Amino acid sequence: MAFTAPNETFGGKVFQIDAGIDKKIVFGGEDVLPFHLFEGNVPNRPVVAYEIQDVPPEDWPETIKKVYEGVSGDPVTWAKYCQDKLNAKAIALRLIGTHPDRQNRSPEDAAKTVKDVLAAISIPLIILGSNHVEKDAAILLAAAEAAKDKNCFLGKAQEENYKTIAAACMANNLKLIAMSQLDINLSKQLNILITQMGFEKENLVTDPMCSGLGYGLDYTYSVMERIRLAALTQNDATMQMPMLADVGMNAWKAKEAIATEAELPIGGVLEQRAIAWEAVTATALMIAGSEILIMRHPEAVKAVEKFIDELM
Amino acid sequence: MALSGVQIFKLLPKTNCKKCGHPTCLAFAMKLAQRQVSLDLCPDVSEEAKKVLGEASAPPIRSVTLGAGDKAVKMGEETVLFRHDKTFVNQCAFAVEVKDTMSADEINAVVDQVLGSEIERVGQKLRIDAIFVSNASGDAGKFEAAVKAIAAKAPEVPLILSTTNPAAAEASVKAVAANKPLLYGANKSNVDAMASVAKTHKVSLGVAAEDLDGLTELTDKIKELGVEDMVLDSGARTAKEIMRDNTYIRRAALKKGNKSVGYPVITFAQRDDVMLETLIASLGVMKYASIIVMSSIDRWKSLALFTLRQNIYTNPQVPLQVKQDIYKLGTPTSDAPLLITSNFSLTYFIVSGEIEGSKVPVRLAVLDTEGLSVLTGWAAGKFTAAKIAQFIQESGIEKEISHKELIIPGYVAILSGSIEDKLPGWKITVGPREANGLPAFLKARTN
Repeated sequence: MAFTAPNETFGGKVFQIDAGIDKKIVFGGEDVLPFHLFEGNVPNRPVVAYEIQDVPPEDWPETIKKVYEGVSGDPVTWAKYCQDKLNAKAIALRLIGTHPDRQNRSPEDAAKTVKDVLAAISIPLIILGSNHVEKDAAILLAAAEAAKDKNCFLGKAQEENYKTIAAACMANNLKLIAMSQLDINLSKQLNILITQMGFEKENLVTDPMCSGLGYGLDYTYSVMERIRLAALTQNDATMQMPMLADVGMNAWKAKEAIATEAELPIGGVLEQRAIAWEAVTATALMIAGSEILIMRHPEAVKAVEKFIDELM
Repeated sequence: MALSGVQIFKLLPKTNCKKCGHPTCLAFAMKLAQRQVSLDLCPDVSEEAKKVLGEASAPPIRSVTLGAGDKAVKMGEETVLFRHDKTFVNQCAFAVEVKDTMSADEINAVVDQVLGSEIERVGQKLRIDAIFVSNASGDAGKFEAAVKAIAAKAPEVPLILSTTNPAAAEASVKAVAANKPLLYGANKSNVDAMASVAKTHKVSLGVAAEDLDGLTELTDKIKELGVEDMVLDSGARTAKEIMRDNTYIRRAALKKGNKSVGYPVITFAQRDDVMLETLIASLGVMKYASIIVMSSIDRWKSLALFTLRQNIYTNPQVPLQVKQDIYKLGTPTSDAPLLITSNFSLTYFIVSGEIEGSKVPVRLAVLDTEGLSVLTGWAAGKFTAAKIAQFIQESGIEKEISHKELIIPGYVAILSGSIEDKLPGWKITVGPREANGLPAFLKARTN
């Protein structure tokens, strides 16, 4: 007997979004579950952006710090290295030095860093604050002005500071990343609040809050799957934004990405273990529905790109 | 597909004889439909009704066991497509491939790796579950020798015997039949002979097709030949094919009641690029594979895959919990800070991660809140002054440290007074609300 393919088609569709001017990235736009090319349209592949920061990555584990030795002292050199040597498709600049517990850098410092990095690269830029809700409001406002009309992503707007950041995005013609705390309803609510300000829903990316392999990945995985199912099956326009996975910072926080083989004998070689930790985290979240991923290690990125090649 | 009570009623004798303990046949049929009673209770049911009802009441994905004894792996019986709907039932098995063309030393090395692969993570014992022995040489004698050598060295490890040669299958299955290996390799040209070997030795049969149509034909035929326990290979090898076929198979079995594909699935992940192989195996973990075959099992790779499997198969309603205890982070001296938090695994992981990142050695008391976070635990009466005081007193920590100061999460600052009342002589300090405030908080104290 022949096998009858149980195809499923849905009413909804994920918004397609782009970033950049010269060399654009485009993601989203699918009308089926992630990588279900056999039953619908998946016009774009997920995009991986390389993470850099405004200050040297002193707090990054050794395995990842050494990859950027010699270039990570300055964000412009670092960004160019990712673009020219690693063939990055996009850069995610984290303004971590602005955090009050770090260097507490000023909005002016942040604006200058953004301007300098933008001037140095032709690939799209994602501008991220330090996740300090009060400070981010001021920092991202200054960063938005510095990136005016450059078609960047700016984030992350959270429940406590979304008004300032969304307004800064609108005023400067940028796109916004909205982050909520691992809950489908909170994610929907924040999207609604932001669009109620007059922000175009097609210019929004959702970050349902990432977590690393073994450290809450199950929560992010299911929240993402549920958001995507709601977008497709219920045709819910408040949930049809593409999803961001902030993979690198979470994967490289795991003990398994840091502990030496002597400290963690069950884990084998540290370097491969750490790379696998980042690559598997990214893979799981792509399968759950993430279309834009922020990553750190070039070998992890390479493996993920090969995996996408096989899936598409 | 499940039958309704009325559909079942039509198949019963309709005599209302009450021998089954129910007042009427209809009442019995209703209970059958809810799967609360067994059809065996009816002494007069016809053979035809037994057949129809037996098929209808079978689970949509058949339960098949790989191996025998303590290390046997149960597969199948899945009920959903998404883990948020209901916990995935039987964790997928990881298998490593051993070829009969490898030298005895090479084979021994892999078997040693499998035997030494067991680790413990969040209270669960995890290991490489099975060895996939392939008849790469094409020689029946070589294959049998390899299978026997592996079984002698690792008698408890479940085996998958991969050959398309019925003579090789017969000899090797016979040698290890008591271990209940999976015989993999029934295809359209050898199906009768392979089914016969599986039937004779009462082992399950792996079905190797070229596509889903071919797979359906093969499983139907094998079932007719009298073999019920099967494992499916649709021929999918690339990530794209695995995604498609594994999704189709799971959906067809669960949502369309397609019995021809209602069996566990075997996914082949072998790649020359070991990092890519890890990601293909990850796809298998998430997308419905019951056995995942790999070419190597380095420790780093196993740890990542075990952890992913744990994340995917964990009960989405019951959070993973950490054992109540006082944990040392770094190497704390007797005057190092003592903090307390809840035993929700996510809370523990985030709090301990931030503390480890700060490089300040501390003792972290983890209170059993039944897996609730600090604030939810407080609201539910699981993270209370009385419980905290009792835990600290009974832990005997007072003898181990040179101070009496306990740092509590900022969200439960309200508890500080009542804990001080219940823990005489202790000073309660209110820490940051969020874990990410801990590094700055701890560093400020040491300066």
